[in-house]
Amino acid sequence: MKSKRSGGAMYLRMLLRAAMLRKKQAASAFVAVVVAAAAATAMLNIYLDVETKLGKEFRNFGANIVVEAGDGKSFSPETVASIRTTVGARGLAVPFAYTVARTDKDQPIVVAGTDFPLAKKLNPWWSVSAWPQVSGQALVGVRAAAALGNPSAFRVTHDGHPLELRSAGTVETGAGEDSRVYISVEDFRSWTGLEPSVVEIAANGSPEEIDALIQQLQPTLPGAEVRPVRQVTEGEANILGKTRSTLLSSSGFIVLTAALCVLATLMGWVFDRRRDFAIMKALGASDWLIALFVSGEAGVLAMVGAGVGFACGIAIAAWIGRADFHAPIVPRLSILPPVLGGALAITLISTLLPLRLLRRIQPAMILRGE
Amino acid sequence: MLVAIAVTLGTAVSTAMIGIATGIGDKISRELRAYGANLVVTPEEDSLDVEIGSVDLKPSRTGAYLDEAALPKIKGIFWSNNIAAFTPMLPVNVEIGGGEITLLGTYFSKTLTYGTKKFVSGARTTFPWWKVQGDWPADESSDVLVGEKLASHLAVGAGSEISFHGQQHRVSGILSTGGAEDNQIVAPLILAQAVAGKPGAARKIFVSAITKPEDAFARRNPYSLSPADRDRWYCSPYPQSIAYQLQEVIPHSRAEPIRQVEQNEGNVLSRIEGLMLLITIAALVTSALAVSAAMATAMFERRTEVGLMKALGAGHFSLSMIFIVESVLLALAGGVVGFASGTLLAHELGRAIFGSSLEVDPVLLPVVLAIAIGVTFGGSAIAIRRAVKYDPVLALRGDA
Repeated sequence: MKSKRSGGAMYLRMLLRAAMLRKKQAASAFVAVVVAAAAATAMLNIYLDVETKLGKEFRNFGANIVVEAGDGKSFSPETVASIRTTVGARGLAVPFAYTVARTDKDQPIVVAGTDFPLAKKLNPWWSVSAWPQVSGQALVGVRAAAALGNPSAFRVTHDGHPLELRSAGTVETGAGEDSRVYISVEDFRSWTGLEPSVVEIAANGSPEEIDALIQQLQPTLPGAEVRPVRQVTEGEANILGKTRSTLLSSSGFIVLTAALCVLATLMGWVFDRRRDFAIMKALGASDWLIALFVSGEAGVLAMVGAGVGFACGIAIAAWIGRADFHAPIVPRLSILPPVLGGALAITLISTLLPLRLLRRIQPAMILRGE
Repeated sequence: MLVAIAVTLGTAVSTAMIGIATGIGDKISRELRAYGANLVVTPEEDSLDVEIGSVDLKPSRTGAYLDEAALPKIKGIFWSNNIAAFTPMLPVNVEIGGGEITLLGTYFSKTLTYGTKKFVSGARTTFPWWKVQGDWPADESSDVLVGEKLASHLAVGAGSEISFHGQQHRVSGILSTGGAEDNQIVAPLILAQAVAGKPGAARKIFVSAITKPEDAFARRNPYSLSPADRDRWYCSPYPQSIAYQLQEVIPHSRAEPIRQVEQNEGNVLSRIEGLMLLITIAALVTSALAVSAAMATAMFERRTEVGLMKALGAGHFSLSMIFIVESVLLALAGGVVGFASGTLLAHELGRAIFGSSLEVDPVLLPVVLAIAIGVTFGGSAIAIRRAVKYDPVLALRGDA
């Protein structure tokens, strides 16, 4: 029992002394492992997180699912609420009601009812001068405003019912919204008696998750039509795919370079110590024991180096996330095992390989310096 | 030997990463064209659009029109090479089966000529998410596409015939877009013009342009800028300046960016560009550190050689020079080979991922070489300094 413990202590002592006596080389081997592990960690972390991060950017394109009530039908407030419950935290569901009204000049104009705070979140690209705050205020499209003569107050008539509106601000999008007048759903309902006929949903997640949500929504809404906005979903999938492939291949190359440098450094280190091994051998150590010693050393180097590298890599990924996406990239512990495993594999290969070459040489020749 | 490979590989990866970082913006903006048009041209004195969902309620006799004949001139603007595609649109209502249906006249893939330049443009390139079951109609034919929802409502399929405006038309295919067009009939522009009785007219032109993300300068009013700034504004591919140039060539028109596409594309583009830039910096630092670690070890290994040289009387200066020249040569050789293979790598990566190659500017060669020399030299500098200080006796005995 005692001899085994002292054997263990001796082993540890040899490992430590070997590192201490050749500080410089041990340090450069350590640096190489740390750099490789940090690069691998950071790249893997970014690669795994880029979908969520870019997904957030893509959500700014607005709705990727549209629910339409169908011809002449509309959604009751309860139905809108149930859609909202189904979507839950996965996204945003915003109701829209539309009708054609007449201005005082008898021009047809589309008046839409919506939930302003939600619409603001759904469509961040709307360039709005000021959002309506209270009932009776309207958000007027820039073209509609020009057609109305840029009024601060105006009247629209639907089916003989006039509605007096005050303009809170204008909206500019370059699309259909520019020709419309937006009012709140409540104002819209009390004026026309109509309910929203369209619910636009901006859902987070992969194409599969969005399909699943559509499948889940459809049966709860008989007669209505739930469809993906292909313009948005296809564009997103395309860009995400290409970005991820670019990231993956560049990570591959970076990690390969770092790994090769670990190989170069460690092989140099082992060759450099051939005299030590020769002495060990001359003192009676078997090849197997030397291999065990060296691989133990490599293992410690890999574990410590990969651990430190992992921490650095997480920090680098977090910094890149903060600098580019203004949100840190979530550290993923699931990366740790592959990074440790990779570090272990590469250090073992780069130490045991030169050792095999050295084994063929007689210790006497090495000690003589040949 | 391994060190030489490390230097070469390090340079190759750095070169490829620089190539990717500088080229990715262009590639992604081309990919972003999948979102369709980012600029729209409408008549200057137009009445309001009256559209709800897929139904255009605007009386077709009212409102102004754009002149179809001005369309090829779009390829003559300053940024014509950045115009990926454009498509005119003319909606007109027709009566089918007792209901009002919107018939949308457009180009599918029409060949146009501007001067001596021939080019093809139309909905197929402007709206890449449009899918047709059957065949796309020819732009000169009187064949039409029927939106998939309308088709199931009318019970027509590819190859059947529908009649409107007193004529029979062959349905060449069923169109699926996931948008308003699913409830419409899409026909060649010339057919819609005939139905509307407005030859040569278009209501809107959708333009898909490769633009630079807008910044504060882009949003300035061109009329308030000094002549020099105005030239700079005009000659940057901002959505605003391209819109301005479109307005110049299409008479009585108003061109504006479609904010949903334009704004968000800008955001996505700058995020991806930023990400690649930061990763490139990380890659450069990684390669630099890794190569210098390898270099330091390689130098250290040669201390017996140093000892021998010193024993034979070599001075500190000549000794350092030997190693410096050696590492510079290594860096140069590795750098040139690495640059060449890195260029090839970027090229192939671009081909594999984006279908068009990523080019590395040859001007970067001296920069990359300088970095390679700096890194290699930096890695060996400490080792050289130590080597020069060795006591030759200890070094030769192998005790150092």
